[in-house]
Amino acid sequence: MLQASNVTFRIGNKALISDVSLTFPPGQLHLIIGPNGAGKSTLIKVLARLLRPQRGKIEYESVDVEAASEADLARRRAVLSQAVEVAFPFTVREVVMMGRYPHFGGRPGPADENIVDDLMAFFDVTEFRDRDYQTLSGGERQRVNFARVLAQLWRLTPGSLALNGSSSNPLCRFLFLDEPLTFLDIRHQIDFMKKVRSFTDAPDVVTVGVVHDLNLATRFADQIVLLDGGQVIAVGSATDVLTLENIRKVFHVEPTFVSVQSGMHLVFD
Amino acid sequence: MTKQRGTRRGFLLILAVATLIALAASIRFGAIDFSIADITHALTSLIPGHPEPTLNQRIFLELRLPRAVLCLFVGASLGVGGTLMQALFRNPIVEPGLVGTSSGAAFGSALFFVLGGVLHIAASVWTLPIAACIGGVVSTYLVFLLAKSREDGRASIVMLLLTGLAVNALFMSAIGFLSYIARDPQARSITFWSLGTLSGANWKSVSIVSITTTVGSILALRYAKQLNALMIGEEEATYLGVNVNRLKWIILSINVVIVAVATAFTGVISFVGLIVPHILRMMRGADNRFLIVGSALLGATLLSLADLIARLALRPAELPIGIVTSAVGVPIFLSLLRRRQYVF
Repeated sequence: MLQASNVTFRIGNKALISDVSLTFPPGQLHLIIGPNGAGKSTLIKVLARLLRPQRGKIEYESVDVEAASEADLARRRAVLSQAVEVAFPFTVREVVMMGRYPHFGGRPGPADENIVDDLMAFFDVTEFRDRDYQTLSGGERQRVNFARVLAQLWRLTPGSLALNGSSSNPLCRFLFLDEPLTFLDIRHQIDFMKKVRSFTDAPDVVTVGVVHDLNLATRFADQIVLLDGGQVIAVGSATDVLTLENIRKVFHVEPTFVSVQSGMHLVFD
Repeated sequence: MTKQRGTRRGFLLILAVATLIALAASIRFGAIDFSIADITHALTSLIPGHPEPTLNQRIFLELRLPRAVLCLFVGASLGVGGTLMQALFRNPIVEPGLVGTSSGAAFGSALFFVLGGVLHIAASVWTLPIAACIGGVVSTYLVFLLAKSREDGRASIVMLLLTGLAVNALFMSAIGFLSYIARDPQARSITFWSLGTLSGANWKSVSIVSITTTVGSILALRYAKQLNALMIGEEEATYLGVNVNRLKWIILSINVVIVAVATAFTGVISFVGLIVPHILRMMRGADNRFLIVGSALLGATLLSLADLIARLALRPAELPIGIVTSAVGVPIFLSLLRRRQYVF
């Protein structure tokens, strides 16, 4: 469970997020939508504790994250960004292995090696394993980063990270997606969302992401958060949030709702 | 890039052998060539009960050998310093000599020589290295302070290089002034500070530089993984559990100490820190654990070879070593600058 209570984040006098309270239960896919400048990315960064809010608090399973150490957080929280530039010629496998850094001290163990190999296969990047990351296309890079981010959250045995060893319930893992679909073609967008969806089906995974495509959000989200001007306008299921009224008000476009086989589809004028 | 992981260890082994060969050549050849018999006699004379060394062997023990060993450690510290700086700024055209660290350190130690003579400061062995470190810290900090953009607080690489140029010029002219008024023979030689030379090597300098270089490199090695994470960006490194600000301070401090202390005894030797990591990355990729170990070995090897050239080119006279390293380093630096993808 991820909880934000009365969170406000300012830069100077400008509130990028104001008084946001939200609850994200595990096992569900939560997608944040909103126009440019709504504060979506900022909210993701605040939830992932890259940015510290001036007011309010973020709790991971009722524990305030303010005081958590970077290293502890990194073992259960990962963020997939829009695009990642690697400064020097690292191989694809070296980049994916970085996802395991929070989990080993000196050198990777056999478990880390296996996880990395499995995830490279899952994202279909095994053929690039020894290629220089810098030579890959944008879409290929993003697949590598997705493998890296999931490697960071991958668990060998459920419950191995149990709180103080006293609880039998494993701690939740938190996956944040900061507009990861921007540079992907439509096939890979859908493929990505399917993979996110299946990862999120684990009962201890909280996934919160930002997407631009309202139809993609409608199709994959369990909960949609509509953000505008740093404030939550609506939150709930797609049919609750994506109403004619809300879309007009926030996006200033005129939607038409089309019924398709998989549900609802939006067309804009 | 081809498959690298398995071959890195072997590559480092080859480098270590190359370092030993360079050391052997470096102790054997110079203004005078020592025969292998001379060298063994000189070395065995150190063991109690063996015959006293001859004058020739004494020259070997007091001048040639410390110079060769100092050369290894200075080369290693410059190589590691270059690797750390390039990782810190995620840019392959940064090196200690370019961002002011070396000239500041040289200024600090020149100031120590001049003031020490005037004020009769009671100096311990560590006073000179500390003076060099203070100079190095001040100049490096000055460069980053001045290069920082007013808008977003980040230092662009162009600003960094230009500011480094200006700050280097400032400290070099200050060194010129100090050399002009100095009485100490070491401080009086402006060539010593600006072009670098290992001719002043003795066992005292060897012991100090070997300590800072070894401790600094081992410490840096502990942060190799975090430096790797930094290579995919500061935000991403934070997500991977790295305390980025803390890492930056640690790496910058290690770099300033190892480079400044080396500079205190040899003057400014440019471009070693630039070339060494670059060559290693081309050969076996950018993993920082490999780069730190490799740049210590390759830095030591290359500087030994450069010093050998400096001693042999105009034998029996001697070139400042900075002339040799610059002659090799500048073309590489320029070719790196012209590759646009590196400039951001």
